[in-house]
Amino acid sequence: MTVTTIGTAHVHVDAEGFLTDYDEWSEDLARQLAAQIGIELTDAHFTVLRFLRSDYAGQGETATLRRVSTQAGIPIKELFTLFPGKPAKKMAYIAGLPKPVGCV
Amino acid sequence: MQRLLVLGGGTAGTMVVNKLRRKLDPADWQITIVDQDDKHLYQPGFLFIPFGIYQESDVARSRHRFIPDGVELVLGEIDRADADAREVLLAGGRRLGYDYLVIATGTTPRPDQTPGMLGPQWRTSIFDFYSLDGATALAKALREFDGGRLVVHITDMPIKCPVAPLEFTFLAEADFRRRGMRDRVEITYVTPLPGAFTKPICTKQLSWMLDERKIAIETDFMVERIDGEAKKLISYDEREVPFDLLVTVPLNMGADFIARSGLGDELNYVPVDKHTLLSKAHDTIFAIGDANDIPTSKAGSVAHFAVDIFTGNFLQHIAGKPMTGSFDGHTNCFVESGDGKALLIDFNYDTEPLTGSYPVPGLGPFGLLKESKQNHWGKLAFRWMYWNMLLPGRPMPLPAHMSMAGKHQPEQAATAAMRGQ
Repeated sequence: MTVTTIGTAHVHVDAEGFLTDYDEWSEDLARQLAAQIGIELTDAHFTVLRFLRSDYAGQGETATLRRVSTQAGIPIKELFTLFPGKPAKKMAYIAGLPKPVGCV
Repeated sequence: MQRLLVLGGGTAGTMVVNKLRRKLDPADWQITIVDQDDKHLYQPGFLFIPFGIYQESDVARSRHRFIPDGVELVLGEIDRADADAREVLLAGGRRLGYDYLVIATGTTPRPDQTPGMLGPQWRTSIFDFYSLDGATALAKALREFDGGRLVVHITDMPIKCPVAPLEFTFLAEADFRRRGMRDRVEITYVTPLPGAFTKPICTKQLSWMLDERKIAIETDFMVERIDGEAKKLISYDEREVPFDLLVTVPLNMGADFIARSGLGDELNYVPVDKHTLLSKAHDTIFAIGDANDIPTSKAGSVAHFAVDIFTGNFLQHIAGKPMTGSFDGHTNCFVESGDGKALLIDFNYDTEPLTGSYPVPGLGPFGLLKESKQNHWGKLAFRWMYWNMLLPGRPMPLPAHMSMAGKHQPEQAATAAMRGQ
């Protein structure tokens, strides 16, 4: 685990740059994390991020795309539009949560 | 009289009633097990049906045969469980009360969950092999297939026996070679995962094996729908994979009664403590085998190792004592690789599959994460073990907890896997 500087904030991250401390996240930091992967956050993004944050607080695990779609009512297709390419990984990165674990 | 009710007479449920009937005094405990039919299927055997190696008679037995004296087997469809009233309602109105409930209703492929999967091409050019009907229908389709694009596809994780689609791919490739038609078949493996498997060392080894067999892999592919007419898979990010023969693993979900009872997550799996398998919501409910949400493979070996831990824990729990057994997520799978060979992988929540030997360090006889004929014979021999040792709950010479003995440490293993050893 290392400490890195994002904008003006010093945060703890893992080898892939995912935040490791839930409480170091803020919406402002999210904007900067998003910018690093080429995403400009809109209200639609924040709806997803807030759901992910609160769901993680209750479940202790990062929600899967399917869970976001069924629990927050956001279609998977929209998640692919908001977070193109690898939405599950990108959402977790911007939300300051661990990378979702693919079950084995 | 106390009542233990077990829902599901598959691998996990059958082991539980066999083990607990010996431990719980019949004068104090009534044990009932419910299933929808009297047909126990050896699901690992489904893999061999499409290739004509096994038939239905090799994988099906009566459930009654494996339920011990002193346990009542009730055949019926489960409507819902009422955790507050501690009773289970069957379709038709029969009520079964309980003091403790064990949910072992597994997971089921659900082709209805992907638009276009159940269209006119279902069982014509689109098949699954995780059901007896599907595997049997696929046997005929494979015999008649004389070339074109074979696509093997996983809809989403988790699925039961997550290595089976890879095994199917390896076996199909070997079969086409044997039939002298390999050059007429293009094989593509389509997965929602970023690689052939989830764990790095194992993924390296398996990617190398796909590569060596000239099997293309399409990763990070989340299917949105299937266009049956144009015969292609279409992903949410609008990639398309055309096929002539599609072998898909539909979305896997837990039983619908779990959702109706308010006991499940978004895929109808029961959230449990991953070390004790006790429901997070109700301290009179356990969920074992594929029916729970523990972060490991949905596989018979997991059910087996977990039930070993569960049995002792259950006895402590009903005596009002803390549960001291802790399940570590131990999983152990033979992976068929074609040409009469297989790999073996052995891992748990914290340790990914490594190279080495199992169960005896240095001697095996089974080699971990490398192809061998012994592993293949081990896999075939396991069917006998399943019916005669595992289901009746007889002791097996395999410890429930994963052991590091005989395993190479990650650096060594990574190097070995890179060399393809």
